[in-house]
Amino acid sequence: MGATFDYWKLTKTVLFYALVLVIVVVSVFPFYYAILTSLKSGTDLFRVTYWPTSISFDNFRQVFSQGAFPRNLLNSVFVASVTVILALFLAVTASFALSRVRFRGRGLLLMTILAVSMFPQIAVLAGLFEVIRFLGIYNTPWALIFAYTIFTLPFTVWVLTTFMRDLPVEIEEAAIVDGATPWVIITQVFMPLMWPALVTTGLLAFIAAWNEFLFALTFTVSNETRTVPVAIALLSGGSQYEIPWGIIMAASVVVTVPLVALVLVFQRKIVSGLTAGGVKG
Amino acid sequence: MASIELRNIRKSFGAVNVIKGVDLEVRKGEFMVFVGPSGCGKSTLLRLISGLEDITSGEMLFDGKVVNALTPSKRGIAMVFQSYALYPHMTVYENMAFGLKLEKGNSKEAIRERVEKAADMLQIRQYLDRLPKQLSGGQRQRVAIGRAITRDPKVFLFDEPLSNLDAALRVATRIEIAKLHEGMHDVTMIYVTHDQVEAMTLADRICVLRDGLVEQVGTPMELYEKPDSIFVAGFIGSPKMNFLTGEKAEAFKCATLGVRGEHMLVKPDGIWEGEVIHTENLGADTYVYLEMGQEEPIVVRLEGAMQHPSGSKLRVSPMEDRVHRFDEAGKPIR
Repeated sequence: MGATFDYWKLTKTVLFYALVLVIVVVSVFPFYYAILTSLKSGTDLFRVTYWPTSISFDNFRQVFSQGAFPRNLLNSVFVASVTVILALFLAVTASFALSRVRFRGRGLLLMTILAVSMFPQIAVLAGLFEVIRFLGIYNTPWALIFAYTIFTLPFTVWVLTTFMRDLPVEIEEAAIVDGATPWVIITQVFMPLMWPALVTTGLLAFIAAWNEFLFALTFTVSNETRTVPVAIALLSGGSQYEIPWGIIMAASVVVTVPLVALVLVFQRKIVSGLTAGGVKG
Repeated sequence: MASIELRNIRKSFGAVNVIKGVDLEVRKGEFMVFVGPSGCGKSTLLRLISGLEDITSGEMLFDGKVVNALTPSKRGIAMVFQSYALYPHMTVYENMAFGLKLEKGNSKEAIRERVEKAADMLQIRQYLDRLPKQLSGGQRQRVAIGRAITRDPKVFLFDEPLSNLDAALRVATRIEIAKLHEGMHDVTMIYVTHDQVEAMTLADRICVLRDGLVEQVGTPMELYEKPDSIFVAGFIGSPKMNFLTGEKAEAFKCATLGVRGEHMLVKPDGIWEGEVIHTENLGADTYVYLEMGQEEPIVVRLEGAMQHPSGSKLRVSPMEDRVHRFDEAGKPIR
C-alpha cells in the first residue's frame, strides 16, 4: 500500500511542476523571443532558432543612435512618473474624503468615478481631443499626463478608498486629539500605513501610462514629443518595404527593463500587516 | 486643571437621540466615572466632551468658557482609547512625541525631556525604541496613557481603557491609573466603563447613565448607600441587589424592597424562608442563591466558606436599617 501511495504523490508532484512549467513557458516565451531576436543581426533574423547562436549588440546601438529614441524614452519616463505622482496625490486626498468624511451623495460619487473607467478609450478619444485642444496642451507631454490621469484615477481612488476605510478610526481620532489637521493625518499617519496600497496602485498606473498607445498616437505628432510605444511602432528601416525587426525588438527590450526593475525594487517594499500592533489584537 | 460644565447637552445621530439633555458638573481635579449598561450613551458623552463628536444642542463649558466649537486639541484634552490607537508605524517614542511635535514652539530637547519623564512615570523607558507591535497589550496601554500624559492635558479622558486586558492585568492597571490620578491631582479625569467595580474603586464621583440621561451623580458610597432609583440600586454593587415584591415588600410598606446580599443574616428565626438552589464558594465569601417565590433567586452573601447543600431550607432576615424601600415608580422612600 505504501508504495502505491508514494507513486500517487510523485505523480501529483510531477503534474504540478509540469503545469507550472507550461505556464512559465507560455508567459515568458514572447519576451524571451524578443530578447533573442534583438541580439541577432542581418538575415539571421529570419532563421527560426530557440537558442542564441551569435550575440551582437548592433540593434541596441542603432536604437540609441537613431533619431529621437533617447528623447522618446525620457518622454515616457516623464509622462509616466508625473502621471503616477499626480494620480496618487489626487487619489489619496479624494479617498480620504470618500472614506472618512460623511457627506450627501458619497455613494453616488463613488459609482460615478467607477463609471468613468467603464468607457472604452476609443469612445472618449474625440471628446478628449477637443478638451486637449481647448486647453492648448496638444502635442505636449501634458496632454498624455492629462489623459492618463483621468483613466488611472478611478481604479486608484477605488483601491485607496477601500484600503483607507479599513484603517482603524481610532488611529485617526487619536491623531485629531493630538492636534493633527486632515493634511497631517493623511501625510504622517495614513500614508505610511498605506504604503502597500500606494506602491501597488502606483506601479499599475506607471505600467499603464508607460505602455499606452492609442492616446499617445493621437495626442502627439512630432518625434520630439512621442512616447516609446508609438516611437517603436513608427520605427522605419532602410526602405518602406523593410521592417526593422531587430531594432524594434531591441527597443522593446529596452523599454521593458525599467518595468521589470521597478517591480523587483518595489516588491520588497510591499510589506503586509503594517497595521498590526496599532490597535488590539 | 479645568472644571467642566454640561448644560442640557443633546446629541442625535439622524433621527436617533442618544444623549437626551444632560446637565452635569465635573469639578477641577476630580476623577469622574461614567458608568451604565451598554448603549446608555456614556461613550458618546465622553466623545462630546472630547470634541470628537459635534454637540447637537446645549452648551459645554471648560472653566466657564463655551468650547462647543473648539477642536479636541484646543480644548486641552488627552484621550486614551479602548483599542489603544497607537500609530503602528511609529516607535513608542515617536508615538508619545507626535502631539508635541505638532504643537508649535517645542524644541527637540524639551520634547525629549517630557517624553522621558512620562516614560519613567509609567516604566516604559526601555521600550521607547520599539514599535507597538513588539509590545504586549498591557505595555501598549501604558504607551497610550503615556502619550496622553506627555501632552500635559487639562482634562484626561479614558474610554474603557481596561476592557481589552486580561483580568490580572486589569487590576494592576487599575491601581496604576489610581496612582496616576494621585500624582496628577490637579488634572480632571473622566473615565468611561461598564464595569461597576472599576467605577467604585477609581471614582471620586460616579455618574450613572441610563438611556441618554443622568440617573444619579454621587460618590461611590452615596450611590451604594443611597441610590436614587431601583436602576442605580441594581447597577451598583456586586452581587446585584435583591429586589422583593408582593407580600414581603408590603410588610415593609413599599412596592419594592431592596436588600443587598451582604445585608442578609442567616438566623433560625429569620422572617423569610427559602430553598437553597445553588452556592458559589469564592473562598473569602460564599454566595447562596435562595428560591423564595420572587422573580429572581435571592442572593445571600456570607463570610467565609459555608456549606449549604442544594435543596435544604434556610431562614434569613434583612438588616432592618440597611433595607432600601422603593415606591411604584422606582423612587426611594426615605
